Amino acid sequence: MAHSPEPAGNPPEALARVRPAELPRPELVLNNRSFHWVTDKVCGIVEEPTPTWWKVTFVVALLLASFTGVGLAYLVSTGTGTWGLRSPAGWGWAIVNFVFWVGIGHAGTLISAILCLLRQRWRTSINRAAEAMTIFAVMCAGIFPLFHVGRVWFAWWLFPLPNQNAIWPQFRSPLEWDVFAVSTYFTVSTLFWYMGMIPDLATIRDRARTFWRKAVYGFLAMGWRGGNRQWSNFEMAYLLLAGLSTPLVLSVHTIVSFDFAVSIVPGWHTTIFPPYFVAGAIFSGFAMVLTLMLPLRAIYRLHDVINQYHIDNMTKIILATGTMVGYAYATEFFIAAYSGNPYEKFAFVNRAFGQYAWAYWIMVTCNVISPQLFWFKAVRENHALVWIICLFVNVGMWFERFVITVTSLANDYLPSSWGYYSPTIVDIFTFFGTFGFFSVLFLLFIRFLPLLPMAEVKMVTPQADPHAH
Amino acid sequence: MNDTPPPSRDPRRDDRRDDRGPRVHGVTASFRRAPDVYRAAERIRDLGWTRWDVHTPFPIHGLDAAMGLPRSSVPRLTLLGGLTGFVTGCLLTWYTNSFDYPLVVGAKPYWSVIYPFPVLYECTILFAAFGTFFGQFLTNRLPRHHHPLFELPQFARVTDDTFMVVLEAADPRFRSPEEARDLLASLGGQDISLVRD
Repeated sequence: MAHSPEPAGNPPEALARVRPAELPRPELVLNNRSFHWVTDKVCGIVEEPTPTWWKVTFVVALLLASFTGVGLAYLVSTGTGTWGLRSPAGWGWAIVNFVFWVGIGHAGTLISAILCLLRQRWRTSINRAAEAMTIFAVMCAGIFPLFHVGRVWFAWWLFPLPNQNAIWPQFRSPLEWDVFAVSTYFTVSTLFWYMGMIPDLATIRDRARTFWRKAVYGFLAMGWRGGNRQWSNFEMAYLLLAGLSTPLVLSVHTIVSFDFAVSIVPGWHTTIFPPYFVAGAIFSGFAMVLTLMLPLRAIYRLHDVINQYHIDNMTKIILATGTMVGYAYATEFFIAAYSGNPYEKFAFVNRAFGQYAWAYWIMVTCNVISPQLFWFKAVRENHALVWIICLFVNVGMWFERFVITVTSLANDYLPSSWGYYSPTIVDIFTFFGTFGFFSVLFLLFIRFLPLLPMAEVKMVTPQADPHAH
Repeated sequence: MNDTPPPSRDPRRDDRRDDRGPRVHGVTASFRRAPDVYRAAERIRDLGWTRWDVHTPFPIHGLDAAMGLPRSSVPRLTLLGGLTGFVTGCLLTWYTNSFDYPLVVGAKPYWSVIYPFPVLYECTILFAAFGTFFGQFLTNRLPRHHHPLFELPQFARVTDDTFMVVLEAADPRFRSPEEARDLLASLGGQDISLVRD
C-alpha cells in the first residue's frame, strides 16, 4: 500500500470509470414462467387422469418385481445355497447388489444435501425425484443383506433387542455398523424427503376438489399455512437436515466399504476404499438420476425447468467422479505394486488378467472410458447419447462391485482353495426383480406425489426476488 | 356460540368482538408481487406490530429480516437431539457389550469410545435429525388441520402464486378491523377481508 499513488482511503480514479461486468446467471426456469405455471405443471401430473403409458409400465414393473418375490420365496424355503454361494465365495451377487443399490441412493442425498449447503440453485428441479430415488434404492439394497442372513425370521437379531438367547449384537463388527448406518440413512432420507414435500402437499391440498384428495393430501400436509414464521423454522430445519445428511451420506458408503476394508482379504484390505466407494456411489447415482429424469422430462414436457444447464451440470459431475474412480483404480495398482506384498500384487494382476478379466474390462470401459465423452458439448446436448452413456455407467458400477467382491474371494491366499463363482438363476431373478420393485415405487411416486419441488422452483425464478424491479 | 363475552381487563380486547358473530381473528390482504409484499412487511415491522404474518408460496429471501423475526429455535432442538443420540449410543454399546454380557473380543477393553464410533456417530445423526424434524413441527405448532385462515377462499391461492399479509386481532396495535383495513389498503393490499375465529 505504501507504493500506491493514491492517498489512502480514496479509491483509484479508474474505478469510477470502470463498470463492473454483468455476469449473466444461467436461467434455471426458461421462458420466464410464472409461479402459477409451475403449480399447474407439477400439480397437473398428479391431477390428470392416469395416463396409458403409466398403466402399462406399472403392470410390467409389477410383473418384473414378482421375480424378486419368487426368487426370495424359493430362497427362504430352500436355503442360501440356491444363491450359488459356496466356498471360497461366501459373498456373491447379494452383496454386489446391496452395494450397487446403496450407491445409487447416494446421488439423491448429494443433490438434496451437499448441493443445498453449497447453494447450487440448479438442484431445485431435480432434488425431489432424486431423493425419492434414494429411498427406493435403499429399500432395494436392504432386501439383499436381510435375506443373506439365511434365516430371515431372525433378522431382528441384528438390532440391539433383547432376545431369548440373552446375547447382544457385537459392536466391533463392521456388519453391525452397517445395520446402524443403512437404517439411519434410510430414516433420515425419508424425514428429509417428507419434510421438504410438506409445502407442496399443501399446494395439492388447496387445489383438491374431491373429498378423498382433500383428506389424504390435507393429512399429509399437516396443516401447512405457508406463513413466513413457519417458513423461517422450516428453512432452518431444512438447512440443518442438509447439514446432518452430508456427513451421513459420506459415512454410509464409508461404513459399507469397511465391510471389505476391515477384513484381511487381499484386494479388500486398503485404506483407499472409503473415498473411492463414495466417489463411485455419487458417480452411479447421478447416472441413475439422468436415466430416470431424461424420459420423465420428455414425457411431462419439463424442458423449461430441467434444461440443458441442469443436464450439463449432472454430466460434468459424472465426468468428474468417473475420472476420480478411474484414478482410484490406478492408485490401487500402484499401491499393490509398492506394498511389496505378493498376495496384494497378485490380487490386482488377477483382477485385470485372471479368470474375471472380462468383468474387469467391462468395468473399465463403462466407468472410465465412456464418461470421458462428456468432455464434448455435442455429446452433452445429445440426450439420447447421454441416456445411453448413463446406462453404461450403471452397468459399469455394478461390475465394479462384482470385481471387488468376487475376484478377491475366488482367488485369495491358498491356490488349493481357489474357485470360480457364478450366480444361479435364483440370483439373477432376484436381482432383476429389484428393478421392477424400484420401478413400482418410483411410478407410484410420480403418480401421487409432487415430482418437482414447486416452492423451491418458484424460489429460483427471477420474479421471486423481492428486490426485483 | 357463547353469548356473554368473557370478562376482560383490557378495554382494547373488547374491540375484537362485534355483534355480528364470532370473534375477529384478523384482517388479511393479498399482494400479487414479491417486492410489494416485502415492502409492506418492512412497513408493518417498523410500525411495531408483533402478531402478524406474511403467507407466501415459497420462502422469500430476506423476508425474515424484513419482518424482524428472531432466529429460529430449531437448532437448539437439533443440538439436544444430537447430544441425546450420542449418549444413547454410548449407553447402548456399553450396556450390551460391557455390562450386561461382557464379551472379550481380541483381548481388547470391553468398552472404549473408539470401536463403536460408527454406531455413536450414526446415533448422533439419527437423533439430531429427529430433533430437527420434530423441532420444525413443534416450533411451527403443527400439525394443525383447522385454522381460521382456511375458511378464507382466497387463502387457497397462497400455496400457488399469491402473497397474503395477516394482521391478527391479538396484536396490541389492532384497535379495530377498519383501522387494520386502512393500513393494509395504504400498503397496496388487495382483496382485503375480515377473518373470524
